[in-house]
Amino acid sequence: MSGSGFRYIGRPWGRVDGPGKTTGETRYADDLILPRMLYGKLLRSHLPHARIVRMDVSRARAMPGVHAVITGDDLPVKFGIMPSSQDEEALCRDKVRYVGDPIAAVAAVDEETAERACEAIEVQYEPLPAIMSIEEALREGTVRVQEYGDGPLPNVHKNVSLEFGDVAGGFADAEYVREDVFFFQGNTHLPMEQHSAVAYYDSTGRLTLWSSTQTPHYVHRALSKVLGLPMGRIRVVATPVGGGFGGKSDPFSHEICAAKLAMVTGRPVKITLTREEVFYAHRGRHPVLMWIRTGVRRDGRITACHVKSFLDGGAYGSYGIATTYYTGALQTVTYRIPAYKFEGVRVWTNKPPCGPKRGHGTPQPRFALEVHLDKLAEDLGLDPVTIRLVNATEPFTRTVTHLRITTNGLRECLDRVVEASGFRQKHGRLPFGRGVGLAASTYLSGAGLPIYWNDMPHSEVQLRVDRGGGVTVSCGAIDIGQGSDSVLAGIVAEVLGLDPQEISLVTADTDLTPIDLGSYSSRVTFMAGNAALQAARKMRDLLVAAVSTHLEVDPDDLVVGDHRIHPAGAPARGVSFQEAAGLAEALFGTLVTVGSYRPPHLAGPYKGSGVGPSPAYSFTAAVVEVRVDPETGEVRVERVWIAHDIGRPINETLVVGQIEGSVYMALGEALMEEQVFRKGLHKIPSMLEYKSPTVLEMPPVETILVITDDPEGPFGAKEAGQGPLLPVIPAVANAVYDAVGVRIDEVPITPDKVLAALEQKAKGGEGRRGPAGVPAFPFRAPIKVEPPPGWSVPWRSPAPASGGVGVPDGVPLPGDARGGPGGR
Amino acid sequence: MKVPLTLRVNGEAYDLLVPVHKTLLEVLREDLGLTGTKHGCELGECGTCTVLVDGEPVLSCLTLPVEVQGREITTVEGLGRRGELHPLQAAFVELGAAQCGYCTPGMLLAAKALLDRNPAPARAEIAAWLAGNLCRCTGYLKILEAVELAAARMRARSTPGGAK
Repeated sequence: MSGSGFRYIGRPWGRVDGPGKTTGETRYADDLILPRMLYGKLLRSHLPHARIVRMDVSRARAMPGVHAVITGDDLPVKFGIMPSSQDEEALCRDKVRYVGDPIAAVAAVDEETAERACEAIEVQYEPLPAIMSIEEALREGTVRVQEYGDGPLPNVHKNVSLEFGDVAGGFADAEYVREDVFFFQGNTHLPMEQHSAVAYYDSTGRLTLWSSTQTPHYVHRALSKVLGLPMGRIRVVATPVGGGFGGKSDPFSHEICAAKLAMVTGRPVKITLTREEVFYAHRGRHPVLMWIRTGVRRDGRITACHVKSFLDGGAYGSYGIATTYYTGALQTVTYRIPAYKFEGVRVWTNKPPCGPKRGHGTPQPRFALEVHLDKLAEDLGLDPVTIRLVNATEPFTRTVTHLRITTNGLRECLDRVVEASGFRQKHGRLPFGRGVGLAASTYLSGAGLPIYWNDMPHSEVQLRVDRGGGVTVSCGAIDIGQGSDSVLAGIVAEVLGLDPQEISLVTADTDLTPIDLGSYSSRVTFMAGNAALQAARKMRDLLVAAVSTHLEVDPDDLVVGDHRIHPAGAPARGVSFQEAAGLAEALFGTLVTVGSYRPPHLAGPYKGSGVGPSPAYSFTAAVVEVRVDPETGEVRVERVWIAHDIGRPINETLVVGQIEGSVYMALGEALMEEQVFRKGLHKIPSMLEYKSPTVLEMPPVETILVITDDPEGPFGAKEAGQGPLLPVIPAVANAVYDAVGVRIDEVPITPDKVLAALEQKAKGGEGRRGPAGVPAFPFRAPIKVEPPPGWSVPWRSPAPASGGVGVPDGVPLPGDARGGPGGR
Repeated sequence: MKVPLTLRVNGEAYDLLVPVHKTLLEVLREDLGLTGTKHGCELGECGTCTVLVDGEPVLSCLTLPVEVQGREITTVEGLGRRGELHPLQAAFVELGAAQCGYCTPGMLLAAKALLDRNPAPARAEIAAWLAGNLCRCTGYLKILEAVELAAARMRARSTPGGAK
């Protein structure tokens, strides 16, 4: 894996925050206890849909130990993560839209008093009918969950339709056409750490918020908007996040309320959610109903594909517009689809809002596509490997949807995972009750566009070297467990000849660090990594220049080695890193360099093209082997083989950890996890009843890293945090079919569904569990988009062997008029 | 009602006056400042708040301090010796068994209790022992490997001539 002459890059090493995390030193948000701190609690609606007729907080306010009670009238400005979905109130004023919607907040001397005060708040509701499913939302003609939306029905949030190339012609060219319907139930992130925020408003009128957030920058913006304070008077510090997975990527009510309560009381206020409240905060996986129709030639080549998705958005927008597009965005990056139509609709329901969970809007359609391909293969008499290889996209091509692909290790991933698992020897050949399934996938290495469109960098790093040889990296990136601190330290250490543990890190603090947009869309290694690489190279150049002057050796003849800068082949003649720092400071003054990264312009020429572009895509293939008990319907995963095109790992330990964690999370979603409701109430808002895999359910995982050395990634790196989740879910479904011959076209694949399908099959039925069809819905007329000219022809030959150094000079990048990282 | 009590935590004695219904988890975090002990559910469902009482793993969110007076309580802060990581901590760092790190203190203490009674557990025993501790990041595999690595190193140290 290594062997490239790197000291750390590509090798396994322990994360830099490991010692703190294993000794209890690491301070998460709820570990912060400030002098005079008060404790806050939110009063939440117990009804799924109701008008607030009257609210009386006087009794709560009068209780001893209660310092403040606020309601929606104190925070009237709406907010939301997407510019076009500013639909949330920190505290509802007129109406509640799900069980758990916050309506009042209390600050008191301790949690217990705050809780009692919440109970003393009198609320009179006028209940409204609750809309609890996609079908109900599309049927309901009068009751509205939200006051806005795309129409034409009252509970439609977003209604999109895109058509690329000649879809009718593609289907006409097909020798075989198949249609399938799938459902992916919603599920939630279930981070071990409950969300927590501590706010303090000091006597100079400056607000500080410490919060377990993946997106301090967007929290910063929301606080400024809702509280009416300029951003310059607000400091947001993201504390180490105890599990995010997308669930801490929105600005939340409790963050805004903690801030407001701190302003009202003049004392620090902490609000930590209970585990039950975390289920209401949610923003997890959307339930999605899907229809897919694909035309193929007899050899399996796809001629056209048409996808429809129906998303259950819950009560608010959150990231939902992006999620809607994501359900149609990445199919064409994995497979060469010459004509493609996507229709998507997101509906409002009276449930906690859905948002981004690991894979954001793409695991659901990935499940549909990969199971659908398996069925197509069987219909055509092809094996599951062949149909994927026949259609796999190529490196350095574009898609019919105008997405630019750089490195692409999909074929190698498929080959290696098939080989390692013995798929060909096992598929269709194992005894009844045992089976294997295959699937492949694609994910982004960072969204190509920021949430608020602008031309500024997405990630910035400031690097300082002091005369004692100390190195400090400042960056807005927040470590949510994925290892962003280690990525920053590893890249800087590699360039400067140091060890990652020697690098001081200042991260995710809007006062102290230049921006990083946040830990979402698998963007940090690629973007913050490139910014760090740029800053480190500038610093290296300063140090080398100073040593060159001092030693009277040409800078080109100097190398940065292990803690020394010296003439090539003569370490003893050089100077130590610390001496070099002193020489450089004497020559140049304060040693500070900066780096920044902005992706090239990659969006296609159509509305909706902002979702999907990425500077590089990861590719993954997985084989899952299962044992299905036909008596109980229980599916036991025996082993998983997964090959992931990582570009190049910055830290192999962390990459393998991300892949194993993704496999785990996928298995939970595939087999047991579901966010489900009964009469408006969450059925199972506890860790006991919301089933997630324990160590006993986790099978062995064989991970294969495919190195493709992306020319634009830092040291060639691409993402690892989300992509590996994607193929595992459909691979489980395909393996269940291989094992017992029934198709469970609905996630999670629970024992009752397997049994029902087996019983149906025994009675001569088709042996399938899943939705029968999709509702008739008037999607808008499609935006018709011409494919980019020559889209499937490689626009350059594969990556140079030396690649992985950011954008190489002189290589024209399609669609990029502005040059490479940093843009300066 | 507040009760006076003395707790022995990580070898130190603490005299306290706390509400009788306050949990051990709350007292450790809020009264003793030992925030290394985390909470995931406060209902005994996730194992995150695991501490050792006389070497036995207990869920501190379901334990009242009055129940554990006079007994030796170990939290993650008491796991390593001054300036030196416990072999379990070192192995967790080295192999990436901690990602977000939030379940880690509970996981480490549960694992320590296992290794104290069985220095050479098979993988299935480790898994059975840790089945009450949830982790959402790692997929557990690195945790199992880290416990095995730590166990091997501890055995090598305790065997005469076995240390490197």
